[in-house]
Amino acid sequence: PVLADHPLVRGPRFRRLKIGAGHRLDAKSSGVFVLGIGHGNKLLTDLYNCHLTKVYTVGGLFGKATDDFSDTGKLVEKTTFDHITREKLERILAVIQGTNHKALLMHSNIDMKTQEAYELAVKGLIRPMGKSPPIITAIRCLQLVLPEFQLEIHCLHETQQYLRKMVHEIGLELKSSAVCTQVRRIRDGVFTLDDALLRTQWNLQSIQNAIWDCQLKVKRELEKTL
Amino acid sequence: MALWARQVSRWRCLLQTARAAGFPRRLRSCSSTAQACRGFAPLALLPSRNDILPWRLQAYRHVCVGSCSPPDSAKDGSFSSPESNLSSPVKQEQAKAEIVHDLNAKILYEDWDDIPPSSALEEISEEEAIQIIAEPLLPLQSSTLRDYVDHSETLAKLVHLGVDLSQVEKRQKAGQLLLTLDFEKDIRKILLFLKDVGVEDNQLGPFLTKNPYILAEDLEALETRVAYLKSKKFGKAEIAQMVSRAPYLLLFSVERLDNRLGFFKNELGLSVKKTKDLVIRLPRLLTGKLEPVKENLQVCQIELGFQRNEIQQIVFKTPKILTASKKRLKQTFDYLHNIMGIPHHMLTRFPQVFNSKLLRIRERHMFLTFLGRAQYDPAQPSYISLDQLVSLPDEVFCTEIAKASIQDFEKFLKTL
Repeated sequence: PVLADHPLVRGPRFRRLKIGAGHRLDAKSSGVFVLGIGHGNKLLTDLYNCHLTKVYTVGGLFGKATDDFSDTGKLVEKTTFDHITREKLERILAVIQGTNHKALLMHSNIDMKTQEAYELAVKGLIRPMGKSPPIITAIRCLQLVLPEFQLEIHCLHETQQYLRKMVHEIGLELKSSAVCTQVRRIRDGVFTLDDALLRTQWNLQSIQNAIWDCQLKVKRELEKTL
Repeated sequence: MALWARQVSRWRCLLQTARAAGFPRRLRSCSSTAQACRGFAPLALLPSRNDILPWRLQAYRHVCVGSCSPPDSAKDGSFSSPESNLSSPVKQEQAKAEIVHDLNAKILYEDWDDIPPSSALEEISEEEAIQIIAEPLLPLQSSTLRDYVDHSETLAKLVHLGVDLSQVEKRQKAGQLLLTLDFEKDIRKILLFLKDVGVEDNQLGPFLTKNPYILAEDLEALETRVAYLKSKKFGKAEIAQMVSRAPYLLLFSVERLDNRLGFFKNELGLSVKKTKDLVIRLPRLLTGKLEPVKENLQVCQIELGFQRNEIQQIVFKTPKILTASKKRLKQTFDYLHNIMGIPHHMLTRFPQVFNSKLLRIRERHMFLTFLGRAQYDPAQPSYISLDQLVSLPDEVFCTEIAKASIQDFEKFLKTL
């Protein structure tokens, strides 16, 4: 018996783990965050190239404006918001969706006059397959209880700060001001809230189960796109 | 001749070459030891001058230490040399040995028979070549104890005791210390002393992992310290408990221990009995730094706004608050007092909340507010006590306090 291989002499067998992150999620937001372990990092790049949309729930507050567009920043101005109704909000959201749709078509580099383009557009499969500025594919209002409101945003290539800025601009359009209180990612491509693991579930068994469940979905999605 | 034979046999014993018995001719053994010594010296490659071999072996007699530990201490078996790069010192030593033992060599030669030792470059027959077993030598310098553990009895016995060598070698100078100590002479006495004090057998391994420096301590000093603790009326079982939980305790001199006990008595203003009780429950107070403790007390008084008697009560119930980080304390207190609205006297009654994670408190509080059950005032109905909020595991918390299922709790957490 050779003592040099004894666990007390050798030390722990695994000291490091290679973990890569999917789309970024900054410190003030919450929600689905995709991580790849070891060999899974290669799948991460493939998923990124699929350019799938992400769905966010954004909560906001009318009447305040801060310097970093969120409710923890320095207050810049206070306004009234009594004149805001659901109709006005939805009108603004429709305008935003329209402009973003035009940007989507432009960046996806498809000749608009072909039959194929029409069919793809009907199915809703037009996506920019390369680099592009943040694009919102769909936006709708979930609830409006003055002064709070909640939006659901489907978007591509965005950052959370862009979403907060969007909330701020909505406030400006409605002749008031708004700050963002909550940004929560509900979906990231194929991963939804149901697949997500809570902090109490951060143990080996649940991680293994989660990886196993998602494997099939990821493979199917990658085959469809590439 | 006799001297020569003695040197050769000692060399054999050191390197544990198996084929020592196989060779009839002593001179053959010289050449094979020469081949085995390849690692040590450019001298092995020099053409065989009759003079060189005895010098090298005599140099090794000085390099090797009495115990089976590897030749990593230079210069006449001194124990205190660091594990530094030895190839130049060894060469210098060989040069010195050359000069010093020049005369000895000449004397040796006069005793010899006329057969000179054969050189390393002489050709030997195939059978003899096969029979030579040259083991790889121990490295002179290594960053792990793995290389030495098979050759050192001390290290082997420590591993059997349960000492985690991979942790010990990360400490400063602890690995070197373990290599230079001898199990029979030094370590055994200290282990028996520790058992006397009351440390359990299966605790000895983890104890030494955390505090290998105790093996270098003087036995009388250790005994004086234990006697001092007994004189302060700490019972035997209590001393055993303190020593097992704070392995560094016995490294402190009597004055230092005295200072620290006095410090805690003055700062906290508790009676002698209560201070002793505190120290027994958290012996880390005596071994840790004193500055953070003072600062924490100041924070409690000034920033958190507790009165002196409230601080005494809190510290007596949860001494860990003295070693907690100030930022965490402030954040937890801020959330508890301002957002949950708990007054100071409630916090004094349940100081365990300061020890728990802020995230846990926040999640559970939000869930309770969502359900409308966040009631922390004992005068009102459906009151929820703070220690239950914090210390219960999730399932019990959900079913009893929140009266909801765990799935609801998880779904709620996902919406945060």
